[in-house]
Amino acid sequence: MSVEHVWVVAEPAGEGLSATSRELISQGRRVGDRVTALTWGRHGERSAEVAGALGATRLVDFGDLGTVIPASVIAASLAALVPSEAPDAILIPASPDGRDIAGRLSVMLDVPVLTNVTGLREGDGLLSEHPVFGGTQTVVARVRDATPALFVVRAKSFVAEVVASTPAPRDALVAATSVTPPATIRHSHVQERSGPALDDAAVVVSGGRGLGDVASYALVEELARLLHGAPGASRAIVDAGWVPYSHQVGQTGKTVKPDLYIACGISGATQHMVGMKGAAHIVAINKDPDAPIFAVSDLGVVGDVHTILPALIAALSARGDS
Amino acid sequence: MNVVVCVKQIPDPAAPQSLDGENRLSRTGKMILDEADTYGVEVALRLVEAAGDGEVSLVSMGDAADLTGIRSALAMGAVRATVVSDPLLRGADALTTAKVLAAAVKEGGFDLIVAATESSDGYTGTLPVQVAQLLDLPALTFATSVAIEGDHVVVHRQTDAGYDEVVAPVPAVVTVTAGVVEPRYATFKGIMAAKSRPINVVTTADLGFAPEDVRVRQEIVGVETSASRVAGEKIVDDGNAVARIVAYLEDIKILSGGAS
Repeated sequence: MSVEHVWVVAEPAGEGLSATSRELISQGRRVGDRVTALTWGRHGERSAEVAGALGATRLVDFGDLGTVIPASVIAASLAALVPSEAPDAILIPASPDGRDIAGRLSVMLDVPVLTNVTGLREGDGLLSEHPVFGGTQTVVARVRDATPALFVVRAKSFVAEVVASTPAPRDALVAATSVTPPATIRHSHVQERSGPALDDAAVVVSGGRGLGDVASYALVEELARLLHGAPGASRAIVDAGWVPYSHQVGQTGKTVKPDLYIACGISGATQHMVGMKGAAHIVAINKDPDAPIFAVSDLGVVGDVHTILPALIAALSARGDS
Repeated sequence: MNVVVCVKQIPDPAAPQSLDGENRLSRTGKMILDEADTYGVEVALRLVEAAGDGEVSLVSMGDAADLTGIRSALAMGAVRATVVSDPLLRGADALTTAKVLAAAVKEGGFDLIVAATESSDGYTGTLPVQVAQLLDLPALTFATSVAIEGDHVVVHRQTDAGYDEVVAPVPAVVTVTAGVVEPRYATFKGIMAAKSRPINVVTTADLGFAPEDVRVRQEIVGVETSASRVAGEKIVDDGNAVARIVAYLEDIKILSGGAS
């Protein structure tokens, strides 16, 4: 069975669509005959250009939602359109709002939702791929007796590809009213960070519990700076409050695919590995010779980050090219 | 202030993990309370303590043969638990699980439902919001702090850029991230008290579901070994590590120089 109509929940970001949304529109075009992107926010016209360039056949725009957390309203709006539009599959970015939309939509449509998807393939309908055990194995799954199929897809699972130069036709629709009392944003707090964005950096240097204390994270930041990269972190030290969540690499954080990933004092929990094992080159420094991170490392160094990092920083600082 | 916490017993993540004959996570070994849930229990206990009245109760779904994990949450201070345990739920997807948990929660009164952002074994991350939708409640997800202000709940919700302060009327569902608070250790008194706290084990039929309502609709069609990375060179630092790392960075052209 081929897939005729694919919906992509296209999450707004900045003045356009989020990176994962763009990847999903491209993938929707690859697996489906036509792609409808569904979005909201204040930049619908720009989003129509972005979606059209990626091959979306149409953009549905629910407009500005103000300060309301989008899940209830967007899920209700999507559910109301499903009977007339009959999508075969709905692709949703694995972001906080994306997951919330997927959960509510799943209940409204009474269909299961497949999450942590990193691949889609055609079989009897669409089959989804899910990494398990740190990505050493892939589970292939599908839903049965349920249409549309809901897939929550992880960032960087697919490549966004510009295939056209015309905007997608934009349908401005009024968002549905939700019966659920809304959750609203009272204030947004932005934590400043400098240097390249973690998801886009060519080099990522991450630290974990093996750093021993929060002060040692400065070594990770300095090494990242010298390599023109971004500092990252394991969940353990984000949970411990050493660094903000925006630094987190892994299942619950960012998926990164840099040219070089340096893991400092990170043992390599499943949680972390799924977020970084797509890096082109991996260097790991860890005291424990049996740390799982070494199984995915191109260069593994069994040693103490507290002696190696300062010496590496000194060596790089002494070179003219870094 | 009555808070219900959704908790889950999972295979010990420190033990080797495998898939069973039906390609599901093997749950034959020792089961423990998901560490992610200890944060939810702690948040709930603190909210009740701050309110000065009310209690924390637990709901869970899973095999009731070993309830050690549930007992450890009771030992922290929750007063009772409902565990939905039913062979029909083997392989249940998150939506079905949400349906039975929502039904179990509805049996008692509550002001707030607290859950982990996601479990540490399945990482699905949609169940709490599905419960919220089934009960027509607002959901405040990815919370790093939770407070009650009158008849509203206020959380800090993690965002890429920092955090949003999000508010909704109670009753509501809140999901908390790990690390939001330091979970308390059970005291000896708590452990002893937990032995006598009630754990109500119910089936889907007890909650009013027909077998058709909870049928498995998500199927695993195969498991494949991923094209895995091959471990490369591993060295033990004897003072040469920095030189080796620099040479490697030159090889992969992150640094200029190299074989010159």
